[in-house]
Amino acid sequence: MTMVGINESVKRREDPRLISGQGKYVDDIRLPGMLHLSLVRSPHAHARIKRVDVSRASKMDGVVAIFTGADLQEQLGSLPAGWVLPDLKQPKHPPLAVDKVRYVGDAVAAVVASAPYLAADAARAVKVTYESLPAIVDAEKATKRGAPILHEGNADAGGAPNNVAFDWEVNGGDYAAAAKKADVVVRERIVNQRLIPNAMEPRGVVADYEPASGQLTMWTSTQIPHLLRLLFALVTGHPEHKLRVIAPDVGGGFGSKLYIYAEEVITGIVAKQLGRPVKWIEGRQENYLATTHGRDHITDVEICGNKDGTITGISCEVNANLGAYLSTFAPLIPTILFGIMLVGVYKLENVKCKVRGAFTNTTPVDAYRGAGRPEATYLVERMVDRFADAVGRDPVAVRRKNMIPAFKRGKAVATGVKYDSGDYKKALDKALEMLDYPKFKVEQRAARKEGKLLGIGFSTYIEICGMAPSAVASSLGAGAGLWESSLVRIHPTGKATVYTGTSPHGQGHYTSMSQIVSSQLGIPMEDVEVVHGDTAAQQFGTGTFGSRSVVVGGSALYMSLQKVVAKARKLAAHQMGVPEKQVQFANGRFVVEDVPDKSMSFPDIALQCYLAKDLPKGMEPGLEAVSFFDPENFTWPFGCHVAVVEIDEETGDTKLVRYVGVDDVGKVINPMIVDGMVHGGVAQGVGQALVEQAVYSNDGQLLSGSMMDYAVPTAEMFPNFETARTETPSPTNPLGVKGAGETGTIAASPAVINAVVDALSHLGVTHIDMPATSEKVWRLIQGAKEERRKARQGSRNGRKR
Amino acid sequence: MSYMITMRVNGVEHTAHVEARLLLSHLIRDVLDLTGTHIGCDTSSCGACTVLVNGQAVKSCTMFAVQANGADITTVEGLAKDGKYHPVQQAFWDQHGLQCGFCTPGMIITTVALLKKSPKPTEAEIRAGLRGNLCRCTGYHNIVKAVQAAAEARRSS
Ligand code: FES
Ligand code: FES
Repeated sequence: MTMVGINESVKRREDPRLISGQGKYVDDIRLPGMLHLSLVRSPHAHARIKRVDVSRASKMDGVVAIFTGADLQEQLGSLPAGWVLPDLKQPKHPPLAVDKVRYVGDAVAAVVASAPYLAADAARAVKVTYESLPAIVDAEKATKRGAPILHEGNADAGGAPNNVAFDWEVNGGDYAAAAKKADVVVRERIVNQRLIPNAMEPRGVVADYEPASGQLTMWTSTQIPHLLRLLFALVTGHPEHKLRVIAPDVGGGFGSKLYIYAEEVITGIVAKQLGRPVKWIEGRQENYLATTHGRDHITDVEICGNKDGTITGISCEVNANLGAYLSTFAPLIPTILFGIMLVGVYKLENVKCKVRGAFTNTTPVDAYRGAGRPEATYLVERMVDRFADAVGRDPVAVRRKNMIPAFKRGKAVATGVKYDSGDYKKALDKALEMLDYPKFKVEQRAARKEGKLLGIGFSTYIEICGMAPSAVASSLGAGAGLWESSLVRIHPTGKATVYTGTSPHGQGHYTSMSQIVSSQLGIPMEDVEVVHGDTAAQQFGTGTFGSRSVVVGGSALYMSLQKVVAKARKLAAHQMGVPEKQVQFANGRFVVEDVPDKSMSFPDIALQCYLAKDLPKGMEPGLEAVSFFDPENFTWPFGCHVAVVEIDEETGDTKLVRYVGVDDVGKVINPMIVDGMVHGGVAQGVGQALVEQAVYSNDGQLLSGSMMDYAVPTAEMFPNFETARTETPSPTNPLGVKGAGETGTIAASPAVINAVVDALSHLGVTHIDMPATSEKVWRLIQGAKEERRKARQGSRNGRKR
Repeated sequence: MSYMITMRVNGVEHTAHVEARLLLSHLIRDVLDLTGTHIGCDTSSCGACTVLVNGQAVKSCTMFAVQANGADITTVEGLAKDGKYHPVQQAFWDQHGLQCGFCTPGMIITTVALLKKSPKPTEAEIRAGLRGNLCRCTGYHNIVKAVQAAAEARRSS
């Protein structure tokens, strides 16, 4: 029996199932009579569909049905964007393409057969005749005159002229004036490359329709069961109350399972058409084409300030690649979650940011761990280093000089938002202490003398988490409220079942939420069941993303627990015959003040609530409570991450030799789980910095289209991470938490690239775009050497003359 | 055309009639209903499908079921003995070596084979030994710790 509190590293309750092979992921679900669906996907990046010939395929072994886009046009509807910016162009997005395909992987027909291999065989036999069209994959070129147009027609007719989905901007202060006054303006063109999320479990759906009741049940690998149910109902017209969405065990998401996907709609509707259970399981190469990608920004950025190291402004113009269609949150990511973060942790008064979202013939782009914030942090932290270099100062000194001083409640910044609480120098100091910066500097000098390339890079990041205050979100374009609710149900024996609308996929909510319950009710963790990921169990919930689950969902749970305790206390007082204020609740017992042997346990009271033979006047029987929590502000975790790299001059290979990460995520429920999420996040951030990149050919073929071509980081790439925390509670929620799911990814990429540039800085290198692959680094080194050789020769020749 | 194959899986004899092209991973999951073995890719890259074939760690998606005819196979479901977790399973739990759990069965099986071959691996050997298994959640940090803890437990038991 484990009584646990908050801030305890309790071993995870979800693990016994997962280490013994008893997890239940979508692909593990088998229903009697279940059919298997396989999709015919476009091999062209841009083409007109001339004819879909299913005659041969439909005669093949085991084939039950084949549907084309035209067959199901009515039923499937069009996938909407869930976040609508002013003037957003929202072209139709049919789940099965009808007359045109717009990226390699766009689904054209659905084949249903009695077994997965047979469905795949038949899908290959569907003959689609295409008329190929010129394609465009680059966000900047896509909006230039003469580029092939993806969504034809003017905006009223559902088109997107010039492939522009939106133009968005945020301004604070007066950047132009600041730049004019500044001693130094540094410019850079920075590419934040496209990434493939690579949750280890590909997506999958099982849909089961019962014709007599009209009930459709869908198991899907998603982060947002309730939002999905809502969107599915809106898109297809299937009644929301006749749809149950279940997220079973989900094998990672990182943002990529945060949308309504074509396959969810297709599988659900096909099951409905056939009146039989249907399963679709995504293959990995299919995943690379059909599951959203992340990042993909081309940015011209400027930072300005004075020789004394004061930074006065930052400005950027971004071309953000959105892919062929708007995915659910696509408009949000490169705008609000990006632009408002450009102040970083600095007293930066002047900000200018323009973002153009472009359609291209590529897989749709949406949130990937960090979502907008890594892009912003990368720009800011990279440019702070560039600025420090330009004014000849230490990057740590420049950071410290410009940091916002510590504050406990509310700090308005130039982009119009208010940070909740922060102590940025504390995190920086802690990181420096762990690192022993002065000693490192000595080592670096010695290494350079020996011709070794050793570099250090800093990232004093901040992020926006805990999505979110609904009213603010909706004023910025959100299509749904972002609150969470909880139901706490106490059983007659004093055990608890709690229901949450958050939907974990690795974050360990079963454990963290149990800890919150145990700490508040004083019952053992084993007496708590946590139900999530099922629309039939919990009335609504926004899901798990944006490091929001404990912040918003955990707070809702906390509030319900307080209500339960309040009622139980009232009943305890009544039954023990004392005024309520004399009853104290601690360690699971209601004790009368100063009369320690007069007490009732929490289970005693629970039973009395259900027996209901002696309730105070007006009290209803039973013991349960519901709460809704809508925070007043976002949360703003921050910290300081430091990377130390060593580069092999001969091969250009970069080795991460040390990694120090100090995070401040406010209060922590389970430190072990938080550390784990930081490790994983860091690995993804380092992956982006050093190896990962989705590559398209100019005609829209995904060249990094399999796990053999796309570099998912392996264990060999990393040292042991050194992590620590400072704790600045958030004043915006009762738990004081800030959210911890994304810190590592946001912080790591700039830290690593700053380290790579530092290692090469004495050669004259000032920037390298991610990923800093060995080839790219090697070429930079060779180029720098060549420059120096030429310069030397030049000066020698000069002398001769 | 179908072939009759026989194999021992987790100590139980199984006979099945299979197509020549059926992958061992699909046989284990779809025919034998042992869904602890996961499929994370289609290029033999991820290692989620790793099982022991005659004591060796094998990515079960790289083998046809017919090639495993007569083999002795252990999947993650077969590791625990007498209601007790295998030390490697226990170490993954103790060290928080998993998050979403999707890579975990493959990681655990690979670790079992790794420690059999090299009972006292260095950190570098562990990281190299896990090269064929991808995890997107943990950054491998606690997986490495779990392997170290399992090696330790093996030595002291
Ligand atoms: S499924 Fe076998 S290696 Fe990925
Ligand atoms: S725990 Fe999720 S992939 Fe390893």
